[in-house]
Amino acid sequence: MGKKRGAMTTIEISCVEVWREISEYVDADVSAELRVRMEAHFKVCAHCSAVLDGMRNVIGLVADGRLFQTPEGFNKRLYSKINPSE
Amino acid sequence: MVRLSHFMNNPLKQLDSNEADLISRVCNGEHKAFEELVRPYERLVYVTAISVLRNAADAEEVAQEAVLKAFSKLSSFRAECKFSTWLVQITYNEARMKLRKDRRHLYESVDDPRQDKEGDYWPKDFADWRPIPSELLENEQVREALQNAINSLDDMYREVVNLRDIQNLSIKDTATVLGIPETSVKTRLRRARLLLRDALAPGINGLWHTGHPY
Repeated sequence: MGKKRGAMTTIEISCVEVWREISEYVDADVSAELRVRMEAHFKVCAHCSAVLDGMRNVIGLVADGRLFQTPEGFNKRLYSKINPSE
Repeated sequence: MVRLSHFMNNPLKQLDSNEADLISRVCNGEHKAFEELVRPYERLVYVTAISVLRNAADAEEVAQEAVLKAFSKLSSFRAECKFSTWLVQITYNEARMKLRKDRRHLYESVDDPRQDKEGDYWPKDFADWRPIPSELLENEQVREALQNAINSLDDMYREVVNLRDIQNLSIKDTATVLGIPETSVKTRLRRARLLLRDALAPGINGLWHTGHPY
C-alpha cells in the first residue's frame, strides 16, 4: 500500500522492518529511499519513534569520555614494562 | 635494535605523517618516541581491555602487556590499517587470551557461544524519552548504571558497543579488530543498541525517565 504525500508516493514500512534497519539509520548508513520511508514511519508510530530516541540517547551517553575513565596514574604505569627502571 | 619496516613504501599505508615519523624514530632506536605515538590512544587501550575483562586491575595489566607487545612488534607493522586499529587489535587479543586463561579452570570456553542470535529483536514499548543531558554522567549512580548495562551484555555485543560506540571506531575498523565481516558487526551492533536501550529506558530511579509506559 502506498501513501500519498503531494506528488510523491512513500511505500509504507512495518515496525519490524524499521527495527532491522534502525541502527544503520542512526549511523546514516541507509539508502535515501529507505530513509524517507523510515522517517515517514517515525512520524506516525510512537513506539518506533521512542525506540529511535532511546537508541540515540544511549549512543550519546556511552560515547561520552566520562563513562570509562582510566585509573589514576594509569598513563605512567602503562609503559612500565617497556621502561622497567623508570 | 628495532628494524625500520617496509611501511613507508606501502601503497596501502594509513598513517598520517606524524605517526609515520614517530614510528620511524622508534624503529631507529628512539624508544621515547613510542610513548608519544601511543599517548593519544592510552584511553582506547584501557577501555578495550576493560570491555573484555570487566575488571580494572586485569585491564591495566593487559594494557601494559599490549603496549609492550606493540612496542616489540612495531617493526612488523605494515600500515594496512590505522596504527590505532592495530593497537586496539593487539589489546583485544591480549585481553581475550587472558580471559581464556583465567576461565580455563571453569571448563568454560570464551569462544562459545558466539553465534549471532537468530531472529528479530522486539524492543520494549516504553514511552518517549527527552534528549538526556550528558551532564548526568557527572552523577556516579548514572555512570554505574550505564556501565552495568554494558557489562550485562554478552561478550559479542559488549565488544561491538565498546569499539563502535564507546571508541568511535568505524564499522570497517571494528570488523578488522574483531576479525568478523562488517555485516556481522552491524547485526551485533543493532541488537546491542536495542538491548541497551531497553535496559536503560526505564531510567535510574527516575533520574532521566520522564514518561510512562504505554
